[in-house]
Amino acid sequence: MPETSAIVLEPANDFLSFVQSHTGENITSCYQCGKCSAGCPTAYAMDITPRQVMRGIQLGLKDEILDSSAIWLCVSCQTCSLRCPREIDIAKIMESLRLFSQAEGRPPAQREIAVFYSAFLQQVRLFGRLHEVGLAITYNLLSMHFFNNIKRLPALLTRGKLKLVPQRTKGSSEVRQIEARVKELERKSS
Amino acid sequence: MAPAESGSGQPVTERIYSYYPGCSLHATAREYDVSTRLVCQKLGVELRELEDWVCCGASAAHSTDHLLSLALPAHTLKQAEEKGLPLAVPCAMCYSRLRFALHELQNKDTLDLVSRTIGKELSTAVTVKHMLQVLADEDIPLPIVKPLSGLKVACYYGCLLVRPPEVVGFDDAEDPQTMDHLMERLGAEAIDWGLKTNCCGAGVAFARLDVVLKLSHRILSLAQKSGADCVAVACPMCHANLDMYQKDMTVKLGWKTELPVLYFTQLMGLSLGFSPKELLLDKHITNPLPMLREKKLA
Repeated sequence: MPETSAIVLEPANDFLSFVQSHTGENITSCYQCGKCSAGCPTAYAMDITPRQVMRGIQLGLKDEILDSSAIWLCVSCQTCSLRCPREIDIAKIMESLRLFSQAEGRPPAQREIAVFYSAFLQQVRLFGRLHEVGLAITYNLLSMHFFNNIKRLPALLTRGKLKLVPQRTKGSSEVRQIEARVKELERKSS
Repeated sequence: MAPAESGSGQPVTERIYSYYPGCSLHATAREYDVSTRLVCQKLGVELRELEDWVCCGASAAHSTDHLLSLALPAHTLKQAEEKGLPLAVPCAMCYSRLRFALHELQNKDTLDLVSRTIGKELSTAVTVKHMLQVLADEDIPLPIVKPLSGLKVACYYGCLLVRPPEVVGFDDAEDPQTMDHLMERLGAEAIDWGLKTNCCGAGVAFARLDVVLKLSHRILSLAQKSGADCVAVACPMCHANLDMYQKDMTVKLGWKTELPVLYFTQLMGLSLGFSPKELLLDKHITNPLPMLREKKLA
C-alpha cells in the first residue's frame, strides 16, 4: 500500500498570507473545532463568531472580516488563545485585525468602541495619565451620546470617586515624545 | 536583602517595592490604593511610588497602535529598572500590559525598536509582580486581630491576571487559588464556584453597557447562588463593572438583590484591624456595610 501523506493546506490567498505574516500565527492549522467561540464571552453579540473569523481569513474574505463587528467586540480576555487546541493566538489575531481595519480607514462596525479608545488615548496624550472625568466628557462629545453616564454622577461625586481636576505630570510631555517617535519609526518602516 | 526585625522579634526579609498604582487608583478606585497602602504598611512591605509615571495605555493603545502599546509600559519598566527594585502593580490591566511588554521585549529587535521610542536603553531585567502575588506570599506573617469567620467569599480573578499564562506567569489559568488561600488564611471561607476567571466585560462599559451588564450579572448571580456573601477582586476595572451597575441590572435583567464587591486588600485590612472607614468601605456603590455588620465584621 502506498504511504498516505498528510494534506497540507498552503496559504491560498493574499489576505491569509498577509495576516499570517503580520501576526506570525499559523491560521491554516485551524480545524474549526469552535472552542474559541464556545468560550468567548462576547461571541453572542458578534455578527460572526471567532471561529467564523478564522475560517473567513482562511478563505480570504477580507471585507467580511475587516468590516465585522466581531473584531471590535473582542475584549482581549484571552480565553480563546488559552483554549485553542491548535495553539493559535486568536486574541492577538483579533487585535491585529482591528489595526488592519483602521489602517485601511474602514469605518468601524462598532463606532462607539473605537471612539472610546480614541477618547482614552487623547486623555493620556494630554495629561500622561488617564483622567476619567475627561474621558467621560470626551467620549460623550465624540460619540454624540451626550447624557451617557450622567445619572451616575451624584453617587460618584458624593463618594469622592471623581477627580475633577486632572493630574498633570512631567510624564505628559514624555508621552507626547514617545508618540512622536512611534509615528516617525512607523513611517520609516512602512 | 538585609534581614530586619519584625514586631514579634522574628527576623524577616526586608520587602521593598517600586509601586505603580495606575490611573484608576488615583480616582475611582481610590479605596484600592488606600487599602493597599495600609495593608502593606502593616505587613512591613514598603511601597515607593514611581514619580511621574504614565498610563500603561490599557486596551485603547493595543487596539490602536502596537508599538505605542509597548512603548507606554516600557517607559514604566525603565523607571522601575532605574530604581533597582521589583515593581508591584495592583491593577490587573496595568499588570497585563507591563507583562505583555516585558514578554515581547525578550525579542532583541523589538527591544531595540522600543528603546528608540522611549529614547532610553531598555533591558528586561525587571521583576513585575501583581499586588496579590506580593501580599499572598505565605512567608509574610499575618497579624490577624479580627478573623473573617463566617464570611463566604467568591474570589474573582477575571481575565488579565491569569491569561495568557506564558505572559503573566500567575497561578493556574483556569482555576487559580492564590486569592482563595489568602482568604482562608484570614479566616474566611473561599467558596468553590465556576466563574472566577470569566470576563466581566472589561473596557466596553461606556460603549456597550448591555454587554457588561450581561457578563457581570452572570458572574454576580453565580457567586450568589453558590452562597457568597461578597465577591473579592484584584482589579479596578472588574470592580467598577461588578459594583457600579447593579442597579442597572435590577432594571434591565431583574437582578433582585445586592452583592457587595470588595477589593481583596480591604478584606485583608479588616482582618488586620483597620476600620471600615479607614479602608473606605463606605465608598462603594453597592454598600457592603449592612452585610459586614450582620457578620459582626464592621
